[in-house]
This record gives sequence, C-alpha cells and structure tokens, in this order.
Amino acid sequence: MSQLATTSARYRRRKLLDKAMTVMAYLCTLAAIVPLVLVLVYVAIKGLGAWSPQFFTGLPQLFGNGGGIYNAIIGTVIIVGLASLMGIPFGIMAGIYLAEYGNNHLGSLIRFTTDVMTGIPSIVVGIFAYGLLVVSMGGFNAFAGAFSLAILMVPIITRTTEEMIRLVPGSIREAALALGAPRWKTIVYVVVPTALGGIMTGILLSIARVAGETAPLILTILGSNFLNTRIFQGPVAALPLQIYDFSRSPYAGVIEAAWGASLVLVLMVLILSLAARLILARRGST
Amino acid sequence: MLSSLTTRFALLKQLRRGNLGDVIFQLLALLFGLSILALVFGIVFETWAQSAPSRREFGWSFLWSTAFDPPNDSFGALPFIYGTIASSILAILIAGPIGIGIAAYLVEIAPRRLNQIVGFVVELLAAVPSIVFGLWGIIVLAPWLKNYIVPPLQAVLGWTPLFSGTFFGPSVFAAGIVLSIMILPTVAAISRDVLRAVPDAQREGMLALGATRWEMFSRAVLPYGKSGITGAVILGLGRAAGETMAVTLIIGNSPKIFTSLFDQGATMASIIANNFAESRGLFLSSLIEIGLMLFAVTFLINVGARLLVSLISRQPQGGIRA
Repeated sequence: MSQLATTSARYRRRKLLDKAMTVMAYLCTLAAIVPLVLVLVYVAIKGLGAWSPQFFTGLPQLFGNGGGIYNAIIGTVIIVGLASLMGIPFGIMAGIYLAEYGNNHLGSLIRFTTDVMTGIPSIVVGIFAYGLLVVSMGGFNAFAGAFSLAILMVPIITRTTEEMIRLVPGSIREAALALGAPRWKTIVYVVVPTALGGIMTGILLSIARVAGETAPLILTILGSNFLNTRIFQGPVAALPLQIYDFSRSPYAGVIEAAWGASLVLVLMVLILSLAARLILARRGST
Repeated sequence: MLSSLTTRFALLKQLRRGNLGDVIFQLLALLFGLSILALVFGIVFETWAQSAPSRREFGWSFLWSTAFDPPNDSFGALPFIYGTIASSILAILIAGPIGIGIAAYLVEIAPRRLNQIVGFVVELLAAVPSIVFGLWGIIVLAPWLKNYIVPPLQAVLGWTPLFSGTFFGPSVFAAGIVLSIMILPTVAAISRDVLRAVPDAQREGMLALGATRWEMFSRAVLPYGKSGITGAVILGLGRAAGETMAVTLIIGNSPKIFTSLFDQGATMASIIANNFAESRGLFLSSLIEIGLMLFAVTFLINVGARLLVSLISRQPQGGIRA
C-alpha cells in the first residue's frame, strides 16, 4: 500500500516537472516574440510620426527636425543595386559549381568556406573593401560600399542556389540530356529555371540582409548630407548609415528622423523577407 | 589530388568529343567557386598587410596593453578583447537557454501550423537590421532598464562588483541584453534543425518506457543532439562577438577594463566602427589589427561550431548516447 503511495507521489512529481518544463518552453518562445513585437510597434508609431512629404524629398540636417532622407534612399538604391549586380551572378555561378561539379574535396572545401563566410563579421568585410577599393581609389566611394555588400550576399545566394538545384528531380535533367542537349545547356535552360523560385528566395533574403547593413558602409561610403549619384567618387549616404548619424544627435527632433528612417528600412526589409517566404511557400504547394 | 586528376581527364575527354561549351561552362563555374576561397584569402591578406605598421610598432604587447591614446599614438587591444568576451558571454547566457527552449517548443510541443508561424517570427527577428535594434536599445530599452530592472537588481545583488555603480543607460548590461535578442534566432534556428535530426526512435523508446515528455527530451533527445546544440550556442557566440552597430550605439565606447556590468565599455567591433572614419596612420593601422584579430576569433569559432553541427548528421541511427 505504502509502496503504491510513494510511487504515485513520485509520479505526481514527475508530472509536475514535465508541466513546469513545458511552461518554460512556452515562456522561451514568448521571450522571442515580445521583443520583436515591441521593436516593430515602437518603430511603426515613432516612424509614422516623423513621416511627411518633406521627409522623403529633403536632405538631412544636423538640427531641427533632421530634414529628409532623399539622398539616403537614392544612395541605398544605388549601392544595393550595384551589390546585386555583382553578388547575384557570382552567387548563382558558385552555387551551380557546388551542386553540379562540387562532389569532390575541392567542392567540400568551398562549401565549408561558404558556410564559415556567413559568420565573418560585416565590419571585417568593410575593412577589406576599404583596403582594396577606398585606399586605391583615393577616397570613399559607392562602388567600395557595393563591393562589401556583394561579398556579404554571395554566401547566402551560393548555398540556397546549391540546395535548390539539388532538389531538381533527376528525371528533368535526364530528359534534357536524352534530347541531346549538352550539359551546360541542360543546366542553364532546364535545371536553373526549374529551381528559379528557390533561388529567388535566396536572392531576396540576401538583399534584405545587406540592405540593413551599416558597419561596412561606415568604412567604405562614409555617409553624406548631400545627394551624390556618382559611383566611383565621393562619400555617399545610405539609409542605415543615416539612421546611425541621426541617432547620435543630441536633438530630439533629429532622433525623431532616425525613427522615420528606421521605419522605411524595416518596411523594406520586411517586405523583401515576406516576398521570399511567399515564393518559397508557393513553390512548396505545387 | 586524385579527384582533380579525374576531373582533368574528364575535361580532356569532353574536349575530344567536341563539347567545348561544356568545358567552358565548367571552367567558369569552377572559377566562381574558387573565387570564394580567394575572397576569404583576400580578407586575411588585406587586413594583414594594412595592420603591418601597428604590428611592427607594438608587437605582441598589443594583445595585453590597455593603452588607448590617439594623440600619442599608443594603443592596446586588451580592453576591447575583454569587452567583446564579457558582452558576448552575457548575451549567450541569456540567449542560449532561451534559444534551446524555443527549439524544444518548436520540435517537441508546437502543432504544425503554430510551428510555421513561430518559425517565421523568429526569422523576422533575424531580419530586423542591427542599427534599428541599436536605436531601440539606446532610446527605449536602456531607460526602461534604468527605471524598472536595475533598481530591484541592485537591491538584491548590488553588493557584488558585477552590479555595483550607477546605471546611466549606455552600458555593457544593456548591450548584452540587446545582443541576446539579436543572436536568439541563430541559436534557435540551428538548435531546431539539430533537434529535428534526432531520430524518432530515440523518443519512441523513451516514451515506451513510460517517461514523461520532459524526461524523454532531457535524457534521450538532448544528449543525442549535444554536440549540435553546443555548435548552435557557439555560433551564437560568434555572432555576438562580431555584431557591430547595435553594440556601438549602446555600449558607450569607453576603452577601459570594467568590473561592473553597469559600466560603459567597448568591443573590438564597436571601437572600429566608432573611430575608423576619424583615424589616420598608426591609429588606423591598429584598428585594422583589431579587425584582423576579430576575424581570426570569429573564423575559429565558426569553423569549430560548423564541425560540431555537422557531427550530428553523421551519428549512428538509434541507441541512447549519454
């Protein structure tokens, strides 16, 4: 009888511990969601307060309400566009190499290096671009910034491209080869188009990631209060950099502008991430 | 060696068959693949070359010198190494257990639909730019910590050196908390993948013996995925060490060895970001040397962690591993 009583007391203790740990797991998940919601809501409320037509058409000021972010938006579009021009073909070709020709030791080494590259701090990449392109070109310039962002895009695109190409069914590839298409035509005209949805996801995610990068830009484009559309000459502004400059101001009005610019940046990044997610979801359902 | 020979042989054979397009395409793809290695090599070479004046001037003493005196061209890296270690450890102490908790929830508890939503939220958390976290941390979080968290914390633990002194806002404490939020997705996502890779036989065996879900998780799933989870935590540590903008805004960038978490400090990444644009000559060179060290540290952390994570997929199927 007492045997049974102790067993059930022990059973209850085990049950209780199980419940407690389940609650802990719920709390942990809550702990991830709460800060995200807090940040997003705060950025949305404060950011909307700073938005006005002048905010999008004006140049930044160091006082008052901080002026506008026209040059920063143009700068971000130029730099991220240039980075995409460099990073996307590079990443896709490297991904094709890993998926199609990379089943050897060299492939494993490159794959591993790509994974490790995703963990290299962006500021170190900025130092690289500074040494390579800022010093030699005689000053801060948009191209150096775009180059550093492209380096950050490459590992993301490479790895998604590889994974997506590996998912392409062998029968599709065999069908093309059986029709007499050479291997490279099979890859370019059949395999890559089949995997395009997934590859697009990787591209969008990589753009979302680098659009918010600030650290390498400090070292390469420096930031500017004026509009500069030249690619190889002179400091340029960019959204994240402008937020950094705004946020270090002692004036409350300029800090407001930082929230306004943050909202623009966050919306951009979230839309890109959502689009990437949607493409992947649609691909999964078909 | 052998494989490269066979590749070359295959190339020759294709060439003889006349598929020139194939050969060119393969060489092109190989070129881009090799460029990735060249990029990493280039980063090492460039930072090594640019830091030469600093390495010549200070030698190894750069590592343990606490000097930071731009007018007199005297620099040391110790305060920044120390700051990086302290803030990263604080961040991983918070984000490690929570991240593993999220992974446990996603894999063991959550229904499929909720699973996708929470997974998406965690992904979004990773997408928010570092600079926005920095702005939020310094304008919103730091004052909130000052008003609601620091007073009770100091009432209980104020006698320890860790929590002594006055909390102004910009501090190692606030930086560590923001860092922990930022590395949470890394830890959670990789731990989730690791836990998913644990074979279900592990769970079924334990449940069949009458174990509760917690007992199943803690005794059959966690030990099996131990190396992978360790890898996830180390990857989070690497991310925290390299994180720049949020820390630059919040930590205060004061080059000293702090004892209290409420003090201001600086990390290797934050001191580069904060001073790079205004630095010249030896100052610039020593900042780049700090960058070289940061690269070396994060590179080693990432290589180690990746190896640990890849171990999980090579483990034998079935059988409890303790």
